[in-house]
Order: sequence, then C-alpha cells, then structure tokens
Amino acid sequence: MYWQKNEECRPRAELEKLQLARLKNTLTRVATNVPFYRNQFHKMGLNPENIKSLEDLRKYPFTLKQDLRDNYPYGLFAVPLRDVVRLHSSSGTTGNATVVGYSREDIVTWSNLVARILCSAGLTPNDVIQIAFGYGLFTGGFGLHYGAERLGASVIPISSGNTRRQIQIMQDFKTTALVCTPSYALKLADTMMDMGVNPNGLSLRFGLFGAEPWSEEMRQEINERLGIKASDNYGLSEVMGPGVAGECEEFHGQHINEDHFIVEILDPKTLEPVKPGDVGELVITTLTKEAFPMIRYRTRDLTRMITEPCPCGRTFHRLDRFVGRSDDMLIIRGVNVFPLQVESAIFRIDGTQPHYQIIVDRKDNQDICTVKVEVSESYFFDEMRKQRTFVDGIKKSLAAELGLSIDVKLVEERSLERFEGKAKRVIDNRTL
Amino acid sequence: MLVEQIAVFVENKPGRLAAITKILADNKINIRALSVADTADFGILRLIVDNPQKAAKCLQDGGFTVVVTEVVAIEVEDRIGGLATVLGHLADAGVSVEYMYAFVNRSGENAIIISRFEHMDNAVKVLEGTGVKLVSKEQIYSM
Repeated sequence: MYWQKNEECRPRAELEKLQLARLKNTLTRVATNVPFYRNQFHKMGLNPENIKSLEDLRKYPFTLKQDLRDNYPYGLFAVPLRDVVRLHSSSGTTGNATVVGYSREDIVTWSNLVARILCSAGLTPNDVIQIAFGYGLFTGGFGLHYGAERLGASVIPISSGNTRRQIQIMQDFKTTALVCTPSYALKLADTMMDMGVNPNGLSLRFGLFGAEPWSEEMRQEINERLGIKASDNYGLSEVMGPGVAGECEEFHGQHINEDHFIVEILDPKTLEPVKPGDVGELVITTLTKEAFPMIRYRTRDLTRMITEPCPCGRTFHRLDRFVGRSDDMLIIRGVNVFPLQVESAIFRIDGTQPHYQIIVDRKDNQDICTVKVEVSESYFFDEMRKQRTFVDGIKKSLAAELGLSIDVKLVEERSLERFEGKAKRVIDNRTL
Repeated sequence: MLVEQIAVFVENKPGRLAAITKILADNKINIRALSVADTADFGILRLIVDNPQKAAKCLQDGGFTVVVTEVVAIEVEDRIGGLATVLGHLADAGVSVEYMYAFVNRSGENAIIISRFEHMDNAVKVLEGTGVKLVSKEQIYSM
C-alpha cells in the first residue's frame, strides 16, 4: 500500500533530478532569507547558483544543534512569523531549548509524509490509531496525529501516560494500531498482564514505534507479547519530526522520504562519506521545508544506508537500525566502535542484558581495549571449563561484530561504577 | 546420594576470600572443605559447608554471585592406592571427571573425595555398582 505511489516509486534518476532542483531552491532561499546561512555561505565563497550536482552539497557547511541554540528562538526561520502556523520545541534537557516552525504548506507536507509511513507499515483508513506520544511542544504526538487524520484513520489522541487507562481505551475503542515508544509498548504489555488483560483478545494489529533506538530482539518480544506487527519509524524535530523515514511491511530498514530530504552517512571524525553500507553519522538536508529549512544537519545518530532495491517497490533507500550516537563513539586501533555494538554482541550470547564497561588504555602506542562484564547467576558456573567457554563466546562475538580482538574480563556483580542506576559504559584512559 | 556444594565467583583481588569467609563466620557457618579454581582474572571458590542453603543466601545478600550444585562425596580408605582403585573403576566405565578435591574426615581414617562428573547420574550408578562408599549429605553436613 502506498500513500503517494508516483512519488514513492519514482525512478531513481528522476528522483535525483528532483532532489537537485529542490536543493538548489532551498539553498537559494536560505541564502536570501536566513542571515546565519547567508554569512556562512558568503565566508566560504559559496553561491547556490553554482550547484551542478548533488555532490556539490558536500561543499556546504554543517548545521549543529548548537547553531539552533545560538539562534534561539527565531533566528533560523526562513519566513516571517506571520507565515508560521505552528511552533514546536525540543525539551532542552541537554542544553537550551530549540524552536522549530512550520508554514501552512509545511503542515500539509508533514501530514502527507507521516501518512506515507502509516500506509507503508500496513495501515488504512479503516484503522483506529491510538497515539500515546505526548501532545505538546514535542513533535511526536501532533506529527503522528495529523498524518493519521490525513490517512483518514480514526484517531484517538490519548497522549502519553496513565497506562491502565490506555489499556481500557484500547479495549473499549477497539484500537487497531498503537503509536508510542518501543519501551512504552513493553510497559503496556506488562501492565496488561497485571490487569489480567489478554492481548490476543484486543483488536490491536499494528504498532508504530519511534523516538528511541531499539533492537531486533525487542521487536520480536513486542510482536510476540502484543500479537502485533511492530514497525520502526524515524524523525527528529530539528528536521521536521516523525515522517523522515519509516519501515514498509518488509520490516527491513526505514525508507527515507528522499523527495523531501537528502541524507548523507558520514564518518563522524573525518566528516567524509563512509564506504557504502558502513555505519556513520546521519546528516540531513531538507528539500521542501518553507519555514525552517535545515542544511546538512548533523543528527549525531549512527546508522547505515541500505541501497539495494526493496521488494515493496519503493525506490527510496533505507536506513538500517540505529546503532547509537556519534557522541559515544570510540576509535580503537583505527576502528570505530560504538557501545551499542558491544551491547548487542554481549546480548547475543546470553539473552539477557549484563552490566558491562568498556575500558580503553594505550600501552606502547597501542590501544588496549577490555570489556568488563559483571557475572550473574544465569551465567556463572561451578565448572571452569564452562566459564571459560562463556568468556570465549563473548570474545568471539565481539570480534565478529567489531573486527577487533577485545579482551573480556568477568568481574563481580555490582562491582562496576554506576551512574544514576546505569553502569558507566566507557572509560577511556588514553591521553593523546 | 548427592551433596550440595556452593560455588562463589571471586575476582582476583586482595581481600575477596577474606570477605567471603567473614560472611560465613558471622552467620555461624562451618566450612567442611574448599577448593579454588583460578585463572589470571577470576576464580571459582567451591565450598562444602554444614548449611549450604543458608550459606548461599547470606553470600548472595553480601553481593556475591553464588550457584548451588550437586556433587558426589566418596569415602576412600586413607592408604596408598585408595584413590587409584576408585578412579580405575570410573575410567573403565568411561566416566570423565570435571573436578575433584579432598579432605580427611575427623576420625582421620578415611579421606572424603568431593567430585563433579560430566554425567552425574551415570557416575553415581558406576560407583554404587563397584561397592565404593558414598557419603550422604546428612553425614557430610554433620561431620
């Protein structure tokens, strides 16, 4: 099922031509209307008129979260405030808040892009969609709401919180699709058990989850416990909100709405493109946003691009599962290592999530990396042979995941330093 | 005929064994036998005590990782060749040993061999068939 078949299945050559035209237009508009971009382009001698190919975008400067903060509240808007019909804001837990704006046309585009994602996940106008994202300055609630209405589904704007009431409404209103974070989906499953509600007795068939990274294992668990098809979708308020990318019913990567966004996957250190298929930082440029265009926004989110054609017929490339944030990246013996990769390597061995810590030292100009794993009853044995096999299994799994040999040390339970209940994941003792 | 043994994970750093034995002492638990298997980083401390369940609980409460496993206690005459005879029977039956440690009981006449085999049921059957004396858990705990 497609929402805008002609756009979603456009041949790549045509798509790239459209991207180029829209890119040139966007760069010209920000150079005219946004002093921040105008000054930067001027300093670097960049003239959007000279854009000849999509590769030319690589000459343009990045936009960082800090740039949004520095231009708080309206400094990066490309239209006068009278043309802005909606404002959203990110919370500001890690610094000052940031503000983003939408024109009337932006809201139409946004709604259509979210409708695409709902449609590609299998939803139709017959669905009853319960939106358990917070409604407010956060883009999740309203973004999904407008898209679901655009699709023609019946929308329950329940917002977040009050888990028991969510389940009651789900039963009474015969909800068929749930929208929330993946971790909240599991909380709902737990609460259903407490309430004695059998998920198989509900009308629930779909779950659209986003706003936090999650694993394939977690998807399995959600699917089994709630009896649904869970799909992943991605967006961020700086760029638009939900609707940037979403999975189709192949459930293998999220199609990027490439007619509205150009994405690049770059090495977070060199800022050069990674080899095709490698993990890197996602950088996004908007192509159609009127009120709040973004040029090469560094998301800090790490993923890889899937460029193989998808059986669903969409020509858009896909984003693979997110593996973490570039802020957390380590470089060990020249190899980029993300704590989430270590976590998933350990996870595969045991099926539970041990506490671990990555320690990096430098000896004789060589990086030495050790992963300490806290022992626990489920993988402690009285037989040394079994214990060694367990440790060797983690080593092999890490070597396969990272292409690096890493020493693994078992340590006593609760011996790793905790930070607000969570173990501190990385200790880098290297002085360069 | 199986006896409960507690195994404790111990990191190779000073004071850990002292901490474990102090917890046992504070809880009035008597150690009958012990063995430590160690690697460069960690060790596995195995203990036979007079009250394994209580010992496991108080060590867990003290933050240690503990598993309770079943082992066989074999009584062997304290004379030259005593152990060789028993092991000969097991070898003939193709039973392989995971680990073993020994202590001499209070009367001083016989040695008690604490053993863990790859296939415990099979090992017990073989031992019983050869007339070797196995010590019951009640006897061990009250020794």
